[in-house]
Amino acid sequence: MLKKWIPLLGATAVCALMSAPQAAKAEQLTLCWAAWDPANALVELSKDFTTKTGIDMKFEFVPWTSYADRFLNELNSRGKLCDLIIGDSQWVGGAAENGHYVKLNDFFAKEGIKMDDFVPATVVGYSEWPKNTPNYWALPAMGDVVGWTYRKDWFQRPEIQKEFKAKYGWDLDAPKTYDQLKQIAEFFQKRQIDGKTVYGASIYTERGSEGITMGVTNVLYDWGFMYDNPKKPYDMQGYVNSPDAVKGLEFYKSLYDCCTPPGASNVYMVESADAFKSGQVAMQMNFAFTWPGLYKDEKVGGDRIGFFPNPAEKYHFAQLGGQGISVVSYSDKRDAALQYIKWFAQPQVQAKWWQLGGYSCLKAVVDAPDFKTSQPYAPAFLESMAIVKDFWAEPSYAELLQAMQKRVHDYVVAGKGTAKEALDGLEKDWTEIFKEDGKI
Amino acid sequence: MPGLEGRRPGPPTTPRDPGAQDRFLPMATRLHLRPDRVAPFPPTQASARVTTSHHTLADKAAEAAARATPDGVVVRVRALSDRAIAWLFIAPTIVLLLAINIFPLFWAIYLSFTNFRANRPNAEVKNVGLGNYSRVLNDPDIWASMQTTAHFVFWTILLQTVIGFALAYLIDRKFRGHAFWTTLILIPMMLSPAVVGNFWRFLYEPQIGLFAYAVSFLTGIPTSEIQMLGSVNLAPWAIIIVDTWMWTPYVMLICLAGLRSIPDYIYEAAEVDRASNWRQFWSITVPMALPFIMLAVLFRGIENFKMFDMVNLLTGGGPGSTTEVASITLKRDAFEAWATGRSSAFAIVLFVAVFGLANIYVKALNRVKQR
Repeated sequence: MLKKWIPLLGATAVCALMSAPQAAKAEQLTLCWAAWDPANALVELSKDFTTKTGIDMKFEFVPWTSYADRFLNELNSRGKLCDLIIGDSQWVGGAAENGHYVKLNDFFAKEGIKMDDFVPATVVGYSEWPKNTPNYWALPAMGDVVGWTYRKDWFQRPEIQKEFKAKYGWDLDAPKTYDQLKQIAEFFQKRQIDGKTVYGASIYTERGSEGITMGVTNVLYDWGFMYDNPKKPYDMQGYVNSPDAVKGLEFYKSLYDCCTPPGASNVYMVESADAFKSGQVAMQMNFAFTWPGLYKDEKVGGDRIGFFPNPAEKYHFAQLGGQGISVVSYSDKRDAALQYIKWFAQPQVQAKWWQLGGYSCLKAVVDAPDFKTSQPYAPAFLESMAIVKDFWAEPSYAELLQAMQKRVHDYVVAGKGTAKEALDGLEKDWTEIFKEDGKI
Repeated sequence: MPGLEGRRPGPPTTPRDPGAQDRFLPMATRLHLRPDRVAPFPPTQASARVTTSHHTLADKAAEAAARATPDGVVVRVRALSDRAIAWLFIAPTIVLLLAINIFPLFWAIYLSFTNFRANRPNAEVKNVGLGNYSRVLNDPDIWASMQTTAHFVFWTILLQTVIGFALAYLIDRKFRGHAFWTTLILIPMMLSPAVVGNFWRFLYEPQIGLFAYAVSFLTGIPTSEIQMLGSVNLAPWAIIIVDTWMWTPYVMLICLAGLRSIPDYIYEAAEVDRASNWRQFWSITVPMALPFIMLAVLFRGIENFKMFDMVNLLTGGGPGSTTEVASITLKRDAFEAWATGRSSAFAIVLFVAVFGLANIYVKALNRVKQR
């Protein structure tokens, strides 16, 4: 009888032996992030960590369009896929309140990592929950902000400069205000340059994830849009839908209607960068992370590209992007993950991070005397990071975001209703969400 | 003729593999089963002789499995009734179905009465009674998405049925190369919806898309003004065109089966009675193919009611909410806004609607078949 079971036991033993080396292998950490250029830079940077500690780094990168879906699902299901996660700035509230991230205060204190060493806006945006309190859930990892690029080579052509000056009465240059930006966009719309029809500007209009919200808020802040009453949190009437905010939204629609390429009804980061790279547009709204790649581009990079921060209007703000790096509380390798954060926070590692194409948030890097001249886009990045404002980072951020996506896309792209109706509706949606959350 | 095959009395059941019984017998002998349980196949010449010869690897494996069956198991199996053995064999399937179909359904029904949010695992789950259903049924956005879905289902089914039947009617005529044309027509149906969605997105591009160029060539409208996916008026039709392009062959195939199931002698009798082609079409072809057409409409209706992939890839529900069908709204509620309880209620409402409509339709279909 036993003889019959011997082959089976043998096979089991072989399988166990085959899997044993896996268990005995050196420790491996999995880092989850979006699939984009900075992620490749992080892979390169992390090789130093592996050399120094012997801990292998594995990466799980997901395209932006499914980044939130994929990783929020992972966190909500308490999955162990990610030991470290570079989560979006708006996730911090939910991740902190639902216990997805490890609170890092004690660790920072023990290792001597000071939040004062990082750019203040990134600490508030990426690490703190509740906001403006010293409760840290992430280390600022990748600074990012919505800014603009333009075709410097077109702007510098004498015949174009002459014609522009004659038409608008000022010298064609990177715009300082949104009115100027719109004039430039109108000027280039459907213009023939080198035998090709080009268009004014590429702006965010994507419906599926967060695209149009990132674009619209970038403009609305400058007109005076506020999320709530600074003296009475969650009181949104007259702030979200203030007359100035309505004007800002009307401006965004007018920019979309007058000056974008045909078919630009679902544009986000990739599509906007593609429109610029293919020589379709004179200006492009996009997150700063795209700048190193565009600067290196053979057709539009180098001397042909210029960078400028979000133009001003009544106020001067820019939409914050970027992320902090956190330790997932469901990870079995918490110590190794914290070791990675300790290594990543070092000034020399942060300096290399910037050189490789990542955007460091460490003051020692961005305040260094040679920072502004280190890359052509460094001044625009620095200026932008000083004026950032972010979307809600509440635990209900996903619902708040979806409401705004719908309201503004319906108005800006589909032309449904008026700007006032859109923002009134948004204020109503958001109030309802906060009521359900018990915050009102 | 596929349609008639099922009606013919089949030949006496015989094992397709003569070696099967040879393999089965040693196992059965080992299990001490009664001869009536041993013989699932009628005796054949090959099986009449009990043989222990082994020709194939399968024979050897069966023999080894029989030998290796522990005595305890043998005794237990011998003690089982026919019904118990039947249950033993179907139990894994039933367990699987319960786990992946029935349990989630009942779980969704439970969730639909709660305020559960999948992104708040630590929050207290409260019973909200019919609150979610009331909110779903009174939400103007949900009704708008149902209206969009109805528009989409109506036009795709209409176009696919008309074009699919016309194609089937043409293909049913024997002509040179008809097999080649049939294969060619079927190609869109064989593609993945993800592939179709992506390449049609490029075809619709106003600046580089072939569709825009073709329309511009025919109408003289500049390509930059042909914004199929960006225009509120054209976007719904852009999706209808793609779905019709992809799934008309499927409808054609079902209609073709229907047309080929009509016996030739009926047409011959009609010709003897000097019935015109037109009369034959309306009095023989259409009524006899009708159950098949209705079946195709049922399949496409159910599929299009829950259409997600194509819409998601082509427009993502936009511009604005113009092409936001019910499944897109449901996905946004469930996995973007994380309103799990409410979206479960919405899913149940959709399920009941599809199930109810399909049932009414199947009853109508049965009546047509009985005529």
